[in-house]
Amino acid sequence: MNTSQYEAPGSVDEAVALLANAKGNARVLAGGTDLLVQIRMGMADPALIVDIKKISEMTTVTAENGGFRIGAAVSGAELNENAAVKSMWPGIVEAMDLIGSTQIQGRCTLAGNLCNASPAADSVPAMIAADMTCTIAGPNGRREASVGSIATSPGKTSLADGEIVVSLFVPAQNATGGDAYLRFIPRTEMDIAVVGVGVNLTLDGNGVCTAARVSLGAVAPTALLVDDAAKALIGTKVDDAAMDNLAAAASAACNPINDKRGTIEFRTKVAGVIARRTAAIALERARSN
Amino acid sequence: MPITVSMTVNGKAVTGEIEPRTLLVQFIRENLKLTGTHVGCDTSQCGACVVHIDGTSVKSCTTLAVQVDGADVHTIESLADGDTLHPMQEAFRENHGLQCGFCTPGMVMSAVDLVKENPDPSEQEIREWLEGNLCRCTGYHNIVKSIKAGAAAMRG
Ligand SMILES: Cc1cc2nc3c(=O)[nH]c(=O)nc-3n(C[C@H](O)[C@H](O)[C@H](O)COP(=O)(O)OP(=O)(O)OC[C@H]3O[C@@H](n4cnc5c(N)ncnc54)[C@H](O)[C@@H]3O)c2cc1C
Ligand code: FES
Ligand code: FES
Repeated sequence: MNTSQYEAPGSVDEAVALLANAKGNARVLAGGTDLLVQIRMGMADPALIVDIKKISEMTTVTAENGGFRIGAAVSGAELNENAAVKSMWPGIVEAMDLIGSTQIQGRCTLAGNLCNASPAADSVPAMIAADMTCTIAGPNGRREASVGSIATSPGKTSLADGEIVVSLFVPAQNATGGDAYLRFIPRTEMDIAVVGVGVNLTLDGNGVCTAARVSLGAVAPTALLVDDAAKALIGTKVDDAAMDNLAAAASAACNPINDKRGTIEFRTKVAGVIARRTAAIALERARSN
Repeated sequence: MPITVSMTVNGKAVTGEIEPRTLLVQFIRENLKLTGTHVGCDTSQCGACVVHIDGTSVKSCTTLAVQVDGADVHTIESLADGDTLHPMQEAFRENHGLQCGFCTPGMVMSAVDLVKENPDPSEQEIREWLEGNLCRCTGYHNIVKSIKAGAAAMRG
């Protein structure tokens, strides 16, 4: 480990300036639950670490346009304790809550999960299903991007050098909408998703699905937004036939790897099964909203 | 470039000159020579290194020492009062909650945090809480039993 400089700036501008002026490679530290492990394993060796947990804009959750702006340094535990976010977007909060144990929850963040760019990151399909966006700050000012555009391949992001995710924005949920996230893991706790599915759907007064977003994790190099899976639900009452079509579309979208957690064939099949179960929960939530 | 960190550990103010990359667990074990906090993995999975930072349990291998500058840290060494074990430690002893003992400091520190949040946890709640603490010896059964007993003793 060569890290020779640690900074904990108090503002986004200072953080951006530190990154811009860094000699050698620099990394943002949010919860550190990926980064510190990578440093210990020799997979990352930044000369400069910029800790963002002391930046107030990044450590708060605020109501905005009926939805919420979630600071990039807000921990899983803090999100889980936020009753307003949890009741509007239970799927996102549940996905985040799956990450690690209580000691990891106290530190890990949604933005870290996103920027680490693991194909199996649990919160990402839930965020994509909710159509979340993020605000990014860099040497050229601020810009907005969709959550789905951040990861480009395993471990790689579309963030330019010196760019930081400042916050994530989740829009208002539709009055008759519901979201959910489920994953399949070989053990009951503390494992990496073999398949993860986020579903967000809206019903009309007759129980017909009018809008849907379905996102799959861990079955391709980045989380996928599967339009065909959404189309299988839209215009239906989300009955058995629609669920069969959803499962088929989810399986068809898979482009997974073989590894010790599951073969290609297994992941492809399980994606359909999990998509169906997740949609059933989202449906139940939409009906009770 | 070494930097100075200061924090309170087990009620005592401590200061150290460390490299920024120093993990809290290294600072505790190597600088402060408090070796009750163990290191069982290099992937933040095992929980042998759990300490309390400002009252909540954290894996001290997932935190840089500089990040807790100014914080109040408690390690396993802070629990016993002289020769009198903390009720949770006593419960582990009474209920054979350990075999080799490597995981025990982290188990006990996690358990004390659990009881603070939930004074009367069910077996299921204890098992769920322990998802971040691995034990290769006991099969967890007696650890769960110990924590039930320790929680009862802590309720008094
Ligand atoms: C025991 C254990 C269990 C885990 N279980 C799971 C699990 O079940 N599911 C899962 O998905 N993950 C899991 N993880 C991985 C990890 O906890 C998550 O990915 C977590 O959300 C990372 O967040 P962080 O804040 O700790 O990120 P950090 O480690 O701080 O950062 C991760 C990466 O993102 C970059 N980064 C962070 N914040 C920003 C920002 N605002 N702008 C730009 N770049 C940024 C960092 O430079 C780094 O490259 C686990 C980790 C451990 C140690
Ligand atoms: S040493 Fe294993 S979790 Fe910290
Ligand atoms: S008692 Fe040996 S690892 Fe738990």
